[in-house]
Amino acid sequence: MVTNTSAPPHVVAGFSVPRVMYQVLLALVPVLATQVYLFGLRPLLLAAMAGVTALACEALALRLRQRSPQPFLRDGSVLVTAALLALAVPPTLPQWQLALGVATAVLIGKHAYGGLGQNPFNPAMVGYAVLLVSFPLEMTRWPAPGGEWDAMTGATALDTLRTGLRQSYTMQEIFAGPAFGHMGAAGGEWLNLAALAGGLYLLVRRIVRWHIPVAMLAGIAVPAALFQLFDPGAHASATFHLAAGATMLGAFFIATDPVSAATSDRGRLFYGAGIGLLTWIIRTWGGFPDGVAFAVLIMNLAVPLIDRYTVPRIYGHARQ
Amino acid sequence: MNVRGGLQLKSHKSRPLERPIRVVPAPATLVLALDQGSGEDAVAVVRPGDPVHVGTLVGSAAGAAAALHSPVSGTVREITVRPTPRGVGPCIVIDNDGRDEPATPVLPLDWHALDGTTLLERIATAGAAGLGGAAFPTAAKLALARTTGAELLLLNGAECEPWICCDDALMREHAADVVLGAQVMLTAAGARHCVIAIEDDKPLAVAAVESALGTASDARIAIRVLRALFPLGAEGPLVAAVTGREVPHDGLPPHVGVVCQNVGTAAAIGRFVRDGQPVTRRVVTVTGSGVREPANVEARIGTPIGDLVAACGGYTGTDVRPIAGGSLTGRLVAGDEVPVTKGLNCVLLATVADLPARGPEMPCIRCGDCASACPAGLLPQQLYVAARTDDADGLERFGLGACIECGCCDYVCPSAIPLTARFRAARERQHLQALERRRALEAKVRYERHQHRLAEQAEAERRAFDEARRRAGGQDSGQP
Amino acid sequence: MNGVTILTAIAAAAALAAALGAVLGWVATRLRRDPDALVEQIDALLPQTQCGQCRYPGCRPYADAIARGEAGIDRCPPGGEATVRALAALLDREPRPVDPQYGVTKPPLVALIDEDRCIGCALCLPACPVDAIVGAPRLMHTVLASQCTGCELCLAPCPVDCIGMVEPAAQHPARAWA
Repeated sequence: MVTNTSAPPHVVAGFSVPRVMYQVLLALVPVLATQVYLFGLRPLLLAAMAGVTALACEALALRLRQRSPQPFLRDGSVLVTAALLALAVPPTLPQWQLALGVATAVLIGKHAYGGLGQNPFNPAMVGYAVLLVSFPLEMTRWPAPGGEWDAMTGATALDTLRTGLRQSYTMQEIFAGPAFGHMGAAGGEWLNLAALAGGLYLLVRRIVRWHIPVAMLAGIAVPAALFQLFDPGAHASATFHLAAGATMLGAFFIATDPVSAATSDRGRLFYGAGIGLLTWIIRTWGGFPDGVAFAVLIMNLAVPLIDRYTVPRIYGHARQ
Repeated sequence: MNVRGGLQLKSHKSRPLERPIRVVPAPATLVLALDQGSGEDAVAVVRPGDPVHVGTLVGSAAGAAAALHSPVSGTVREITVRPTPRGVGPCIVIDNDGRDEPATPVLPLDWHALDGTTLLERIATAGAAGLGGAAFPTAAKLALARTTGAELLLLNGAECEPWICCDDALMREHAADVVLGAQVMLTAAGARHCVIAIEDDKPLAVAAVESALGTASDARIAIRVLRALFPLGAEGPLVAAVTGREVPHDGLPPHVGVVCQNVGTAAAIGRFVRDGQPVTRRVVTVTGSGVREPANVEARIGTPIGDLVAACGGYTGTDVRPIAGGSLTGRLVAGDEVPVTKGLNCVLLATVADLPARGPEMPCIRCGDCASACPAGLLPQQLYVAARTDDADGLERFGLGACIECGCCDYVCPSAIPLTARFRAARERQHLQALERRRALEAKVRYERHQHRLAEQAEAERRAFDEARRRAGGQDSGQP
Repeated sequence: MNGVTILTAIAAAAALAAALGAVLGWVATRLRRDPDALVEQIDALLPQTQCGQCRYPGCRPYADAIARGEAGIDRCPPGGEATVRALAALLDREPRPVDPQYGVTKPPLVALIDEDRCIGCALCLPACPVDAIVGAPRLMHTVLASQCTGCELCLAPCPVDCIGMVEPAAQHPARAWA
């Protein structure tokens, strides 16, 4: 007869934070594989370096905060941050710059706010934004797929689109250029497909719920489609936007970071839609070619407001 | 189905149902807890040394406590504090003389001839209480239904929690008693129709009840089969699932026209009108990997659960945790001397195989799985923050009062946070704080009266002094 | 960047600061709290022990002093940390630990008169701010435990030191989970 204290419920499903994190890493494999296929082995090296740096920074932060390294070092959350950052930056980025970005993401984006579960901003996007404003040149030069890098680093499709529109080329002329593939960016469209595949895997496994990805994609696609309808010469199609830049990666992996996202399902719909809309706005009229990172950070700011107005109705109470 | 959240769980109910209900012989000593499961004690009306017979009233009803009757004949040994399924509490200990003599000749009750109010009084004298676990006096519940004009009697045969299958067994073997009890309660409550809700993982029970309904041929009573989901057997979700209405947070089911009763309670009332005996026994599921032959047993109230285990082949080992209830809402009990009460529906002798250990508690990652699983529509992650920071406003806003402590949020949490325990602790803290505030208010009133009294006294003294001076000044001037 | 530009910039910033400061000041005067209502609110957060450890003759005078800004919010040992935090939240001040020079937060205790030693002198009766001691000269005195706030003001007047502080009887036995 054992009567050690145990409060109900006495059983649990056995889900765990590491399991969630490692499933996300698994879902990122297609994106990494596609990058390797397009750009060679360097993305792999970047990812590995990012992972090691992230673990080292996590250990350092835990030490400084006088917390024990277990179980945090093994929970995989910091590896997800590192992987997302490594996949979001161009594969030609110097290693030391990525290391700086990872360190910023882990030390400032995560631990300065209190560690796992406490960050109001998406740590990977904090790192990305810092890199983008610190090293704008290196962060916006992507190699053309398959070719020799140093000779052929150039602008992304989104970048070319913006510059082309500024210079008053029509969409047909712009899209005929070498940076573009069948739907969107050459190479970039494959990355987005790979991210979509990984994202669907996460949806099926119930690691992420559908609200944020669907809302974000709608938030990009709907304004894009509308504006293209009214002014086809000056606006890219919804399909292009969905297949360009970091759209799918953002929708399924970045915006779905639960810690910095809105709390309730309804709130998440607004949150996702806001990210999508802001991404499209920044891409169309803003100062940066891809708007996902800043859109996410801005909506992170809006989360307390969204939460305040989207508390679900409690059983037995009228709708407030 | 109008139910949010919930979990589909492995039921673990098949083994005890392989055998018919077995009767556990009455023990040599019975321990009748005055708190039969509702949280309030009945008032003992016997003293040590008093003789008792089967059906003798030993505890009178008080508030949320139903009347308590002796299940055996014998002598009252003592009234003392003993371990119970709810912790510890005052118990009447009775020595069984083994003769099983009834108090008075028992007769079936001609309930057809009685009107609703009289029937309610008779049900109260039977000590009928909610056998689903809450042990609330049935007569009081039905009386409220009568007053508010509730038209639906909802019999709860859902039994949604894993491991517990006593209601399933009862419906299979005593469906006629359930139906009879339903008819009696319809009259007592003044309700117009009755729905017996059964989950779809109990096909044999459904068949048995259908057959009994066919025999009874009462058009007022119908069966409703519900998708098996935990915690559909809880009153709130059940009412919503069957009627589409929600029980208001500041009200009870009769305020939305429904009165809920457990099928075991209905069967007990059916038995009471059939043979005149007050409620002195119940069906308990004895299950878990820690017992050799899991089974449903019929035991007298007051039987130590050790006797129940012995009737089921004994323990399989020493590493057994006895839990009163199921695996999600049951409570660990002190030991196997704890007695059966009216509210005890299951004894789960669990081993580590049955209850895999939780992982280490990690910070909340705000994944929202808890909110998806919550049947009350709460945001447990926000409640958790409010509970941790003792934020009374936050606890109110996020609905701590609506939490039914079902454990669904705990179950799905990837960070292994003991959410249910935190909410229970927060509730108790709030309760104590409310008590503190009331005490402070009383003290303040007394203080103000005290000040007032002193002021009046000072005023009276001053006037007396002035009066004395005036008189002295008039009579005697100049003298020191 | 010449001198005129710099001076213009400084002047513009200074003017903006002055204007915003004036607006804020005006708003502060217009939206000042009703002082009486504030004292009520503060008093509602105090534990009503009326012990005087805060150096004020009762909770209401202390609440009054807090509202007027004369006293800090860290002077109430019976209220403890919870009261300090509640006051800090109400008044938008920084919560501090209870100042030990005003006393130490103790668990709730009630006074108990040792009836073997009580001589019936009635000196403790007027000392109790909530009239929780029942008795009369040369008759046994007793403390009504349910009304005692634990302020300890009756201890000092007793000439035979027969009053002690004890734990109150458990009113609501805690549920034991195992």
